[in-house]
Amino acid sequence: MKLISFHLMPYRPLDFEEAAKHRSAWVVLPNTLYDPVKGAEEYAAYIDFLVDCERLGFDGISVNEHHQNAYGLMPAPNLIASALIQRTKSIKIAVLGRALPIVGNPIFIAEEYAMLDNLSKGRIICGFVRGIGAEYHSTGINPYFSHERFHEAHDLIVKAWTQPGPFSFDGQHFNLRYVNLWPRPYQTPHPPIWIPSQGSSETVVWAAHPDRKYPFLVTFSSSELVARYLNAYRDQARKFGYEPEAGQFGWACPLYVADTDERAKAEAGRAIETLFNNYLRMPMEMLIPPGYTSQSSMKNFMKLRTAVGGRVTDADYLIGSGTAVIGSPKTVRAKIEEMRDKTGLGILLPMFQFGILSDELARRSIEMFASEVMPHLRG
Amino acid sequence: MAAEDVSVKVRDVSVRVHRAGRGPTVLFLHGAGGYAQWLPFFDTLADGYELLVPEHPGYGLSDDPPFIRNVPDMAMFYLDFIETLGLDRIHLIGHSLGGWIAAEMLIRDRARCASLTLLAPAGIRVEGVPTGDLFIWAPDETARNLFHNQRFAEIMLALQPSEAQMDIILKNRFTTTKLGWQPRLFNPDLEKWLHRIKLPSLIVWGAQDKVIPAAYAAKWQDRLPDPRLLMLDECGHIPQIEKADAVAREVRDFLKGARS
Repeated sequence: MKLISFHLMPYRPLDFEEAAKHRSAWVVLPNTLYDPVKGAEEYAAYIDFLVDCERLGFDGISVNEHHQNAYGLMPAPNLIASALIQRTKSIKIAVLGRALPIVGNPIFIAEEYAMLDNLSKGRIICGFVRGIGAEYHSTGINPYFSHERFHEAHDLIVKAWTQPGPFSFDGQHFNLRYVNLWPRPYQTPHPPIWIPSQGSSETVVWAAHPDRKYPFLVTFSSSELVARYLNAYRDQARKFGYEPEAGQFGWACPLYVADTDERAKAEAGRAIETLFNNYLRMPMEMLIPPGYTSQSSMKNFMKLRTAVGGRVTDADYLIGSGTAVIGSPKTVRAKIEEMRDKTGLGILLPMFQFGILSDELARRSIEMFASEVMPHLRG
Repeated sequence: MAAEDVSVKVRDVSVRVHRAGRGPTVLFLHGAGGYAQWLPFFDTLADGYELLVPEHPGYGLSDDPPFIRNVPDMAMFYLDFIETLGLDRIHLIGHSLGGWIAAEMLIRDRARCASLTLLAPAGIRVEGVPTGDLFIWAPDETARNLFHNQRFAEIMLALQPSEAQMDIILKNRFTTTKLGWQPRLFNPDLEKWLHRIKLPSLIVWGAQDKVIPAAYAAKWQDRLPDPRLLMLDECGHIPQIEKADAVAREVRDFLKGARS
C-alpha cells in the first residue's frame, strides 16, 4: 500500500470564541483574526513536518488548495510544493489538488505543474478538484458552471501537456489562440492525475473511464461511505470492461496513533472536534451553492444534512463512524486492513496534523505510525 | 379575479403563463424567487388590461433550455416571446431580476413596447453600495431581509412547501445562480445603453430595501429618459406585496398617461 502523508495547514492560533461570531471560518471570517507572525511559524512547522516524512519512509507528501479560510492556509499549494522539492530528495509530492474551475485561465495550472515536475525531476502527482462550495463565494466563479469548467479545464491541461504546440483551444469557457507549453512536463506523457472526491456519482463515472483510469481518493467520509464510493468506482470500472488496480483506490483521513485507544482519544479528541466543528463549520448556502451539485443531490443533501461541516459532531462519532482513524497501533492497523479487505485500497493518505493538534503530538503519532503500523502495510 | 394558466411554445420552449383581464397588454416579469402565486396586485392591474405573467425559462413550470445562459439571452428570448405571441403596445413591468430582463430587452428592441415600469430592478451597480447577498443568506434570513414589515416574513416562513414546491424552489435557485452569481445580479454592459429606452418609465422602490438598496433608484433615474419615481417608506424589496395598493394605484395612473 502506498502511503502519502497529507496536510491541510490549518491556522491553529485561531480565536474560536471570536470566530464563532461569524457565519463560518470560511469566506466571511475577518482576516484581522490572522496574525502573520504566528502564521509564519505555522508554515515553518508544517513544512518541517512534511519534509520529515521522507526520513520516516512515506512514499509521498501532499498538500492542497483552499481559499480565504482558517481551515487551510494554502491558497497556492504549488508554492508549498516548490519549497518541499528543495528540501527532499526522492519522495513524491502530491498536490491534491488544484481547483480547476475557479481559475480564469487553466493554462497557468498546466504551466505550474509542468514547472514543478521539472524542478523535482518527475516527483509530482497532480490532483484535480472543483474546490468546495465556499470557494465559489470566495472567487466569484459561478457554481452553476462548475462541472462544465472543470471538464473543459481538464481537457485543456492534458492536451497542453501531451499535444505538440502551438495549437488553438476552442471551448465554451476557455478560448485560446495559442497553447504552447514551455516547459513541458518532465514525466511522460504527463504527471499522474489523481481525483480527490466526496463520492459524487458523476465523478466516479468520469474518473473510472478507460481513457483516464484516474486514482479515486475519497476524503473525510465515514468508513461506510468510503467503502461504498470506492466499490462504486470498482463496479463502474468493471462496467467499462476492465479490472482496476489497487493503485486506483485511495482514502484520505485524519489519523492519530498513541499507545492505547484511550490515550489516543484523550490526546486527539478535542483536535478532531475542532477540525469538523470549528474549521469546517459552514452553512449549506456556502457548502453547496446551486449547481455545485446536481439538483437531486442538493435536495437529498438538504433532507439529510449528513455531510461533514453540516452539524456539530464529537470525537466519539468521528471515531465510531471511521471518519477519523484514532487509536492504538493495533486498532489503527486493523481499521486500515479492514478497509483494504473491503475495497482493495491501494493508497492511504493519512492526515497526521488536524485541527488544533500540536506539533509535538502530531510528531509522536507519525513516529509511532511509521514504526508500528507502516511495516504491516508494506508487502 | 381568477387567472387562467396556459402554456405557450416559443422556439420549442414551453413557457407557463398566468393570464387575466382584457385590454392593452401588460407583461409582468417576475423576480429571482419565481412566480409563487397570483397576487392581489395582479387583480388590480388586470382590471382594464390583459395581464400576462409568464414564468421565465428555467423557473417554475416552464422549460429550462440550455441555450439561455445569462440575462441577455433571457431578454432575447422574451423578444422572441412577444413576437411569437403577436403582442404589441406592451406595458412592460419587471420586478428585481425581471426588471433587469425588461431593461435588457428594451435596449435591444423597444418597437413593441409602450412603457416600462421597474420595481426595485437588478441589472446595474452603484459602486460602493453593495447589494444584499441572496446566495449566502439562509432561508429565514432571506425572508426577513425581503420585507420591512416582518409580518410578511412571518407568513413566508410559516409556509410548508410541498415536495413539488421544493423542486420548484430549487429549480428557481439554480437558474438565479446561473443568471446572477457573477457579476452579482448586474451586467456591466447594461448601464451605458439605458438611454436607448426612449419610453415613458416609472421606477418604484422601497426605501428600506435590503436586497437592492434604495440608493440604486437614483442611478436608474439618472440613466433613463425622464422617469417617474415612487419611493415608498416602510417598504422592503417587494413593493407590489408590501405596499400593494399604493403601487397598483401609481402603476395604473402611470399606464393611463403612457397610453395617451
